[in-house]
Amino acid sequence: MTFWLHLIILGLLGSLAGALWRVWVGPAQADRMMAAQLIGTTGIGVLVLLAVLQDWAALTVALALALLAAMAAIGFVKAASSDGAGDPEECAPGPTDARDGQR
Amino acid sequence: MPEGLADIATIVLTGIGLVFFLAGTVGLIRFPDVFSRLHALTKADNLGLGFIVLGAGFQADDWTQLAKLGLIWALALLAAGTVAQLVARAALRQEGRE
Amino acid sequence: MTLALDLGLDLAFGALILATALAAVAGQGLFRAVVFFITYGLLLALVWARLGAYDVALAEGVIGAGLTGVLLLMAQGRLRRADALADPPARGKLAAALAGASVTAALVWAWFTLPLPQRIDLDAPMAASGVENPVTAVLLNFRAWDTLLESIVLLAALVGLWMLARDAEWRAPLGPGFHARAGGVLSVFGRLLPPVGLIYGVWLVWAGADQTGGAFQGGTVLAAVILVAMMAGLARAPRVGAPAWHAALAFGPGVFLLAGIAMIAVGGGFLTLPPEFAKPVTVTIEAALTLSIAVTLALLVVGPPEQQNGGGT
Repeated sequence: MTFWLHLIILGLLGSLAGALWRVWVGPAQADRMMAAQLIGTTGIGVLVLLAVLQDWAALTVALALALLAAMAAIGFVKAASSDGAGDPEECAPGPTDARDGQR
Repeated sequence: MPEGLADIATIVLTGIGLVFFLAGTVGLIRFPDVFSRLHALTKADNLGLGFIVLGAGFQADDWTQLAKLGLIWALALLAAGTVAQLVARAALRQEGRE
Repeated sequence: MTLALDLGLDLAFGALILATALAAVAGQGLFRAVVFFITYGLLLALVWARLGAYDVALAEGVIGAGLTGVLLLMAQGRLRRADALADPPARGKLAAALAGASVTAALVWAWFTLPLPQRIDLDAPMAASGVENPVTAVLLNFRAWDTLLESIVLLAALVGLWMLARDAEWRAPLGPGFHARAGGVLSVFGRLLPPVGLIYGVWLVWAGADQTGGAFQGGTVLAAVILVAMMAGLARAPRVGAPAWHAALAFGPGVFLLAGIAMIAVGGGFLTLPPEFAKPVTVTIEAALTLSIAVTLALLVVGPPEQQNGGGT
C-alpha cells in the first residue's frame, strides 16, 4: 500500500509538472490561471494521499486549500475587469446592464 | 502487498483518480485554444480528485476523517465550477491580451 | 524499495520547488511571474506537509492561496490599467540577480558552517503550557513577546497602508469598491463560501490548542471569508473612521497586553503564564487575536481608501 501511494503521488507530481509547463507558455492569461487552478486541485490530491501515508493532520491543510481554492482566480477576474473591481458576468452579452452590480 | 478489500479499493480508485488527472493535464497541454483547454481540465480534475478522495476514504479510521474528505471534494467542486465560469468569461473579454 | 521511492518523492518535490522558483524570477512578463509565485506558495505548503510540519503548511497554504494571490493579481491589474507594466531595464535586473544570488550563497554557506540545532526537549515545559499543540504553546506562551509584537506590527502595517491614501480620498470607503452581477456566479459563490469558511476558521482556532491549527491560520481563513463577501459585492468595505472596525483591529493586541499585565498581578510576571491559568488565558488571547488578525489581513488586501469610479464598463 505504501509503495502504491508513493507511486500515485509521484504520478500526481508529474501531472503537476505538465500544468507548470502551461503556466510558462500561456499564451492567454486565462491559460496560466486555469493551469494554476489545476495545480491547486492536484496539490489537494497530493495532500489527501499524504494524509493516508503519513498523518491525517494533512487533511486539515487539504481542507484549507480546498476552501480557498477559488480565491486567486476571483482576484484575477476582478483585476481583469475594466475598473479592477467588477465581475466578468456584468458585461455579458444579453439583457444584463453593465451597471447592474451597482444597484 | 494488498491486504483486504479496502486496500484493493484504495489501489483501484486512486489509480483511476491519477488517470483522470493525467488526462486533464494532457488536455491542458495538447488542446488548441483556451476554451477547449478549460473544458478539458475542469472535468478531469474534479473527477480525479473525487476518485483520490474516495480511495483515501477506504483507509480512514473514523467518521470525522470521512466527513473531512467529503467536505474537501465538495469545496473543490464548488471552487472549480465557479472559477471555470468566471475565468472563461474573463477570457472571452480579453482574448489574446498579454 | 519503498525507501528509494521515499527519496524519489523528496527529490521530485525539491525539483518542482526549484523549477517554480526559477520560473517566477526568470523570463518576461509580470503576470506569469505572479502565477508562478502563487504556485510556488502552494508547493511550499505541500513540502511542509511532506516534512510533517502541518501547522507551517497550513499557515503557508492559507496565506498563499487565500491572500497573497489576490493581492498580487489585483496589483498587477492596477499596473496594467495605469500602463506601468513595462519590465525594468536589464541593468536593474542584473543587480537584483546578483543580490539574490549572494543571499543564496550566504545561506548555503551558513547551512554548511553552522552546527545542526539540537532537538529541544519540550516535554517538561509542554506539561505546564496548558495546551497540547507545541506550536501554539511556543507562540502564545514560551515566546509570547514575539507574538504580541507581531500582532502590533500587523496593525502598524495597516496604518502605513492607509497613509498611502490621497488626502481627497481619505473619507472614501476602503478599496476599489467591489461590485458583481446580482445573482451571478460570483455572488452565489460569495453566499455559499462564507458560512463554511466561518465554521472552519473558528474550528481551526479552537482545535489549534491541541492539534493542527491556531489563531493565525484561523484568522487568515476568516480574512479570506471577509474578502470573498466583499469581492462578491455582498459586504461593503468600511471607511477609515468606522468605530466598530477600529475596535476589531485593536481588540487582539489590546487583550494580549491586558492579559500580559494581569499575569503580573497573579504572580507570574509580564506575559509569564502560571500553569494553572495557562489554558484559559491562552485560549482567550487566541480568540481575541483571531478577530484582529482576520480584520487586519482582510483590510490590508482591500487597500487604502479610494474614490470609486462606478460601473463595470
